[in-house]
Amino acid sequence: MFIVAHRKFFFWLTGLILAAALGAIALWGLPLGIDFTGGSLLHIDYQTERPPLTVIQEQVATVPVGAVSVRAFGDDGITIRSRTLSQEEHDAVLAALSKNAAPVELAYTSVGPALGSQFTSKALWAIAAVALLIVLYIAFAFRRVSRPVPSWGYGLTVVAMLAIDIIVPAGFFAAYARFTGAEVDSLFIVALLALLGYCVNDVIVIFDRIREHLARNEREGIREEFEETIGKSIDETITRSINTSLTVALALIALIYFGAEATRTFALVMLVGVVAGTFSSITRSAPLLIPLANWFKK
Amino acid sequence: MTQYRVFSLIALIIGGFLAYFVWSTQADPASPYRFKLGLDLAGGTELVYKADMSQTPRGEQDDALSALQGVIERRVNLFGVAEPLVQTEQASTLSGITEDRLIVDLPGVTDIKAAIAALGETPTLDFRLATTSTSSGQATSTVTFVPTGLTGRYLESAALEFGSGATAGLAAPQVLLNFDTEGGELFEQITRENVGQTLAIFLDGQPISIPVIQEAIPGGQATISGNFTAAEARDLVRNLNFGALPVPIELQNSSAVGPTLGAAAIEAGVVAGSIGFIIVALFMIAWYRLPGFIAAIALAEYLAFMLAVIKVVPVTLTASGIAGLIISVGMAVDANVLIFERTKEELRGLPGQGGKSPREAVHIGFSRAWTAIRDGHLTMIMSGIILFWLGTSIVQGFALVFVLGVLASFISAVTLSRVFLLAIVPDVRPGEEESRSWRFLLSSGIRKN
Repeated sequence: MFIVAHRKFFFWLTGLILAAALGAIALWGLPLGIDFTGGSLLHIDYQTERPPLTVIQEQVATVPVGAVSVRAFGDDGITIRSRTLSQEEHDAVLAALSKNAAPVELAYTSVGPALGSQFTSKALWAIAAVALLIVLYIAFAFRRVSRPVPSWGYGLTVVAMLAIDIIVPAGFFAAYARFTGAEVDSLFIVALLALLGYCVNDVIVIFDRIREHLARNEREGIREEFEETIGKSIDETITRSINTSLTVALALIALIYFGAEATRTFALVMLVGVVAGTFSSITRSAPLLIPLANWFKK
Repeated sequence: MTQYRVFSLIALIIGGFLAYFVWSTQADPASPYRFKLGLDLAGGTELVYKADMSQTPRGEQDDALSALQGVIERRVNLFGVAEPLVQTEQASTLSGITEDRLIVDLPGVTDIKAAIAALGETPTLDFRLATTSTSSGQATSTVTFVPTGLTGRYLESAALEFGSGATAGLAAPQVLLNFDTEGGELFEQITRENVGQTLAIFLDGQPISIPVIQEAIPGGQATISGNFTAAEARDLVRNLNFGALPVPIELQNSSAVGPTLGAAAIEAGVVAGSIGFIIVALFMIAWYRLPGFIAAIALAEYLAFMLAVIKVVPVTLTASGIAGLIISVGMAVDANVLIFERTKEELRGLPGQGGKSPREAVHIGFSRAWTAIRDGHLTMIMSGIILFWLGTSIVQGFALVFVLGVLASFISAVTLSRVFLLAIVPDVRPGEEESRSWRFLLSSGIRKN
């Protein structure tokens, strides 16, 4: 009953985390990568020793391609981001870098601006569609439950949870990007969508237990305060909520420490999302039903 | 119980067989069931072209696109790539404008420049009629060229020949075009209806030959007699034979990944996957004791099954797909956690009532956890399917593995773990001495229960 009894405290705590995340997004913004804006990304490795970044920056600046960002990548590598380069410009940049070193181009990606903007709108639609589907499904799965909160009330609560699942990792990413120069890529969208599908699990486990208690109370004619039912349901399911997330978190930590460079940021965003999502599911999802129930009583 | 033991044995044997299949096919370099690696892991080049359909009538666009695909495939094969992949894609934006794309994957090719050049050299060929329009106000007249619909699509072959040119007694090189049946009829019709007019031959948007039609030409042959040198004519014939593009294309995206980056990603993926699997399994055993051990075995079977499916389908593995697989290892035990917690609760029973017998508790644990497992897995599959729709190869690589993983874990949790547990847990009454040790084995956590 601890969580229900102190639900005010948890409301504020979650509110504070949410405000911090929103603040980070508002302050630093989410820097969009070339998947969204179009542009070119060169991944270059200096076999022996990397020249200072300022030197590289000057070398690249000899090719007139507008604003270019050069960042360190690993020990001897760099990444260069610019607007979409033509074949000739790409060659010119490589030639400029090869003046007094022998760099190897590990990867080159170039996305046309048209495709980038298409991806942006598709990604936003995908997030909206996933959220809507989940809400509809929850409302459907809980259709038998009507008192004291109608089934769409559960769906509504899930919307609030999903918003947290998206905003907290996004806020984390804004802060992370501010200090590491990471950019939002398609994998970031993948992480958000996977989180939406996954984090709702914890909510479902708790709601499922509430559903079971309500059904039993009705069947056996037991009168119980709604608050009591919710508190009991949270207490009974808290171990499994934590453990299911813990196993995923363990896999994610393995991925962050030992996994490929390409998926590291992705795994980090997922980890933050899983932890935040689990915390908010346990402390906020079911307690949110209480004010909703009071509102329906009126 | 015998029944469950037989099932368990069969499941273990199948699991062992799958694991052997995964291992042996990977050890054999010639096996057709080796993992199919995406370009980001194997190294290679991906080029995305936009096909310009603005000049193609609506009804013929699909034909033109598949013709384009065929032509590019021929070009790619000439380039000498092991397993090239040429796909077409129709992307429709939300505003309703459709865009036809051509995606060319060239595994092992890291010289993006050479690849673009090899594909880009392909000429587009079309025939246009010249119409002279005199604007009323002015005395000058302008010549405009109207496409006739006869394009390189209808070209069957081109040949070099030396005609009776007038230049200094030397035979002038000419390019002889052979149309297919349809193209031949079209050519005959155009020439019959427009005798006396100019029918220009455009190559890559430039007129290369502007002959005047003398008479209807049956037989489906045409000759281009530009002012070619012998070498130019020979190149043109070669390029036309490789395939004249039915529609112009424009390079939109290009990406190339060197082999070193991919090899490092694979190695990291294997290490992360193994370590992830081991810590998840250890956690399950430490917390859930006997059921946890069984969950670890079910997890190993799950992994063998997933890897076998990825090989047989085959699913092209990308770095994001490997990440998806590793995360799915953590998620696959979710249903087990729900079931075991429930089993423990049933063992303990409600306050005031006695608990169930161990075997009964396992039965009820599975059936009561079912609704939460169903709802949870369905929402994950929904988000996976939408991810797949989102498109790009990186996203799809993850989505496919994610959805497969959720489905497989769904099945493994509600069947494998259940069958294994029921094969072991005996039917003893709650009060009996033996029951106490089973209660301990089926409980969890740090408390002694």
